[in-house]
Amino acid sequence: MQRLLARLMPVAVLSPTIVLTTIFIYGFIAFSVILSFTGSRMFPRFNFVGLDQYTRLFANPRWDVAVENMLIFGFLYIALSTLIGLTLAILLDQKIRNEGVLRTIYLYPMAISFIVTGVIWQWILNPGLGIQTFVRNLGFETFTFDWLVQNDYAIYCVVIAGVWQVSGYIMALFLAGLRGINMDIVNAAKIDGAGTWQTYRYVILPELRPMFLTAFVVQAHLAIKSYDLVVALTKGGPGFATELPSTFMYSTTFTRNEMGLGAASAVIMLCTIAAIVVPYLYSEIRNERRSA
Amino acid sequence: MSVAALDPAREGRGDFDWSARFSRFAVYAVLVFAALVFLVPLMSMVFTSLKDMDEIRGGNLLAPPAEVTFSAWVKAWSEACISVQCDGLAPYFINSLLIVVPAVIISVGLGALNGYVLTMWRFPGADWVFAGLLFGCFIPFQIVLIPMARMLGIMGLAGSIPGVVFVHIVYGIGFTTLFFRNYYASVPKELVKAASVDGAGFWGTWWHILMPISWPIVTVAVIWQFTGVWNDFLFGVSFSSGGSQPVTVALNNLVNTSTGVKEYNVDMAGAMISAFPTLFVYVVAGRFFLRGLMSGAVKG
Repeated sequence: MQRLLARLMPVAVLSPTIVLTTIFIYGFIAFSVILSFTGSRMFPRFNFVGLDQYTRLFANPRWDVAVENMLIFGFLYIALSTLIGLTLAILLDQKIRNEGVLRTIYLYPMAISFIVTGVIWQWILNPGLGIQTFVRNLGFETFTFDWLVQNDYAIYCVVIAGVWQVSGYIMALFLAGLRGINMDIVNAAKIDGAGTWQTYRYVILPELRPMFLTAFVVQAHLAIKSYDLVVALTKGGPGFATELPSTFMYSTTFTRNEMGLGAASAVIMLCTIAAIVVPYLYSEIRNERRSA
Repeated sequence: MSVAALDPAREGRGDFDWSARFSRFAVYAVLVFAALVFLVPLMSMVFTSLKDMDEIRGGNLLAPPAEVTFSAWVKAWSEACISVQCDGLAPYFINSLLIVVPAVIISVGLGALNGYVLTMWRFPGADWVFAGLLFGCFIPFQIVLIPMARMLGIMGLAGSIPGVVFVHIVYGIGFTTLFFRNYYASVPKELVKAASVDGAGFWGTWWHILMPISWPIVTVAVIWQFTGVWNDFLFGVSFSSGGSQPVTVALNNLVNTSTGVKEYNVDMAGAMISAFPTLFVYVVAGRFFLRGLMSGAVKG
């Protein structure tokens, strides 16, 4: 009897987590998927309408803007923070004095909330008293930097704030990658007469390939989930110029009472993230098993 | 991958071709310039929060305050109007504390136990359970918002602090389990076997053998959860109401719904107040924060 109890204990301990995960993650995903096939508005109703909500979603100009913004934001956010993070990591890896202090400075934005980041950048980028006025007061009276209130440029303000926040994290990932490279191959390249540039281009960067993948997955997943930053920085505006899928989902569901449509947009978001994350997690777990 | 790899004491590579003094200088120049770019927003925030509105209208957002005044801080803390209430951020700051403490303790505790079971008491299907948990860490939470709102209503927790705490626990377990599982995976199984030969049971082994060596990962998990829960906005704005909102939601309301003249100094002071706890933790325990970020990205 006691033995049986001892054998059941581990499963018993794990069971709250299994139950919570089953209901609140997978059950809820299923619920949202089902809702996306219904005509639910303010409350869930199970009047099935087939793929209508998806048809409506893709015909919705606001969703078009959200997807387009997602592509612009996602591409620039990933490209710029990878470039900045990698550059800082390589430079920091040159036996720099006070490396720890610099690293602490680059990484601190990751410790504050997207809301605070949004509030700070709203202040800096506001054309009234921010950067624009600052530069004008320096004597450049025609200087204009009012992207925050321009329909076509406001999304780039979200990029600036996002890159500022995440670059330090990417720097840390690449720095760890650099420090993990086997010095023997680098020295071998040196003996073969490779210069610094060539060593980085042909030896070190290829060795960092797994780190590029990790950084990409982290950034893509953060980009798709971005919500707070836009809310605090632009409220999705001007108009709905900086709408993202996340803000679209929220306002569609909770302020415009189009629950079925909102659920459909959430399903699209989930599928996009799953397409990026699942293969990555799969390969991570497989590698782990192989090395175990 | 570990933070030890980032230890500056370890040899960096490459003083090879950089030997020319100019390159050396250029490297430092770029690094210091980058540091300034990262610091300027924080600096501007602090300066602005200490100015009065007259000085702010002068339009120099990078200048230190000519006359330091804490009135914006006082207003942001206890007087500013957030929707209809004019008690400042203080009540919401307390809400955040009331949310973060139980959410962190429970999710880290469960994560530690889960990690223990998943490494030391493996059972058929354990890998599936872990894979299921792991994927749950990455879902966009928009996919659970609608059913969660309904469920909290059914449970009688809608719009309440316990409701928000519950949500943070449910979606926090994945990461805390990940931390402990990866940490315990590097603990020799013999240690646990020896303990069980000595007659220690399931709980005894965990408490007397594993927990004493777990404090680094406990720190990592606590800081990760603390930062995540404190900085959360989406769950706060979705599942709390009026008097139970966390400070991030209140800050956003303060900044984005203020009628009349926009008081940037109060906004900045409010932002500083909301950011203070996590910044403080980062300054005193940045190493553990970094370690959380690293193992949050990859298996560990």
